[in-house]
Amino acid sequence: MALSKEVLLDLYRTMSKIRAVEDRLGVVYYEGKLPAFDIAAGVIPGEMHLYTGQEAVATGVCAHLRKDDWVSGTHRSHGHIIAKGVDLKKMMAEIFGRKTGLCHGYGGHMHLFDPDLHFGCGGIVAAGIPQAVGGALAMKKHNEDRVAVAFLGEGAANAGAFHESMNLAAVWKLPLVAVIEDNLYAISVPKTISTSVESNVKRGVAYGIPAVQVDGQDVIAVYEAAQEAVARARRGEGPSLIEAACYRFRGHFEGDAEGYLSKGEKESWKEKDPIVILGEKMKAKGWLTDAEAESIQVEMTGLVAEAETFARESPFPAPEEALENVFA
Amino acid sequence: MTERLLTQSKAIAEAIAQEMERDQDVFVMGEDIGAYGGIFGATEGLLQKFGPERIMDTPISETGFVGAGIGAAMEGMRPIVEIMFADFTGVVTDQLINHMAKIHYMSGGTVKIPMVVMLAMGGGYGDAAQHSQCLYGMFAHIPGIKIVVPSSPYDAKGLMIQAIRDDNPVMYFFHKGTQGLGWMTPNPRATGPVPEVPYTIPFGVADIKREGKDVTIVSLGLMLQRSLDAAEKLAAEGIEAEVIDLRTVVPLDKKTIIQSVQKTHRLLIVDEDYKSFGLSGELSAIVAEEALEYLDTPVKRLAVPDVPIPYSRPMEQFIQPSLETIVANARGLAAA
Repeated sequence: MALSKEVLLDLYRTMSKIRAVEDRLGVVYYEGKLPAFDIAAGVIPGEMHLYTGQEAVATGVCAHLRKDDWVSGTHRSHGHIIAKGVDLKKMMAEIFGRKTGLCHGYGGHMHLFDPDLHFGCGGIVAAGIPQAVGGALAMKKHNEDRVAVAFLGEGAANAGAFHESMNLAAVWKLPLVAVIEDNLYAISVPKTISTSVESNVKRGVAYGIPAVQVDGQDVIAVYEAAQEAVARARRGEGPSLIEAACYRFRGHFEGDAEGYLSKGEKESWKEKDPIVILGEKMKAKGWLTDAEAESIQVEMTGLVAEAETFARESPFPAPEEALENVFA
Repeated sequence: MTERLLTQSKAIAEAIAQEMERDQDVFVMGEDIGAYGGIFGATEGLLQKFGPERIMDTPISETGFVGAGIGAAMEGMRPIVEIMFADFTGVVTDQLINHMAKIHYMSGGTVKIPMVVMLAMGGGYGDAAQHSQCLYGMFAHIPGIKIVVPSSPYDAKGLMIQAIRDDNPVMYFFHKGTQGLGWMTPNPRATGPVPEVPYTIPFGVADIKREGKDVTIVSLGLMLQRSLDAAEKLAAEGIEAEVIDLRTVVPLDKKTIIQSVQKTHRLLIVDEDYKSFGLSGELSAIVAEEALEYLDTPVKRLAVPDVPIPYSRPMEQFIQPSLETIVANARGLAAA
């Protein structure tokens, strides 16, 4: 399938935006935490799981989604929510723990909710999948042509919640697309010693769900697989499964010593940078020049800087606001 | 006008049916809640009335369908999800305590979870350790979940309608022994007057089921009914027990308890959940913090003595609060 220049440029811009956010967070996160790493200190406390390297997956999938489609993310969800179209200022303010954030400072980087985008994510692996099944169930009950997408890691595909969800989605024929981001490691445990099948595509077969494996560093491959899966769901033909082979360019979380990686492994994957791969393809067609690529990067860095300034200048919640919002 | 009598199970099923007629977004999911009508009768007749699209039998996958209930609630529906036995929450605790309970808070109040999880609880019929627990205390400990425990058909209906209309997650624990099922020990208190019209009972309002001046008994569920039986016996001895039905554990009506203690100066708590770190301890602490000076004698607690529920009848009867132990302890307090 030949994709238009406009589509490719959109994909390129979205991936660049995600990269710009993650690159900046990868710096800011350490502000106030060094020289001796203290997870509780600094401008952004707590864990930080960055999406750097996996941009093609969120981007290629979310390109097919409307604002009213559902996405459930993971603990590593900046890419998903950016690709879904979040207001960067609100997202950044949430990560900085500010009152102006998406969740007014109650959630933080791992628990981003944006009801306008029908987006939610959380810190418990695999738990968002059945919730996406429920979102899809509601859409079907309301006779809508909306779609629910559940992103999950290959580690989550070993959890019971994944298998129960696949069975329910199939038996209820729901408009669900499950996207497994196989970045090879569940924190440090490699897929080779954790997963009974080489590819989770085989697990799709077990549930009667069409499943495809794609190169998750190639946004065009992801885009094309997701196009079919999302269209199928929108037509009311039931769930699909996509497994995207990808790689995270940073640790599981910031501060990960990555002793589990083999020598040279990360370097060789970095040669498959999804943004570079798409950029080269576009340049070969004459659809992107170095100057344009540079200008996109400058633009995205500027957007991130603006969002960061907004976050830093925003007030913290009052301490006693911790006592609110337990109940509606 | 003669009062219409219903069993508690039929009162619950009627409440659900009336809400389903009123609101198309209400639906029911769970194991054996369709053609079977719910193992404990709470959804009897609903499949025939509403069809399989709204009365959905699920596979045995609590994590899957409770999680799906949460997702559907996030999309504005009002699911009622039955977990057949409260004990089975063991397989779905993550969805309940980390998601259902917390999403509203974690989202800064931007996402609501208006769902009801309905569970059968309690023992006394020889079903042993994995099918007899109450566990409301464990879930009451987690911020973000409202906890309902009815003890009469009238309350069961009003509390269920309230639960369905509430914008928060509600765990609705009914006792198997108070459902009025033909295959459980006959229980006259499991049948009672229930108006046909829909009505609600507000949460956080305890009900003084019997007024008295000599000793306060606070309870809920089957133990509340047993406490009322005990109060009748005590009355024959000239001891007037005030019996308070909590009806909801979260929110908890502290005021009614404290006012009663201020009147009787004696408190007996009768709870079928485990004794330590639970409801009975919480009630004792509240009275110690807020009404200690009114107590003439220390608080007394009757609860399961921190053992799993045993199978054999003499052992099971020994660990549950009984009519005899309630009477004896209330009598002891009244004399103190």
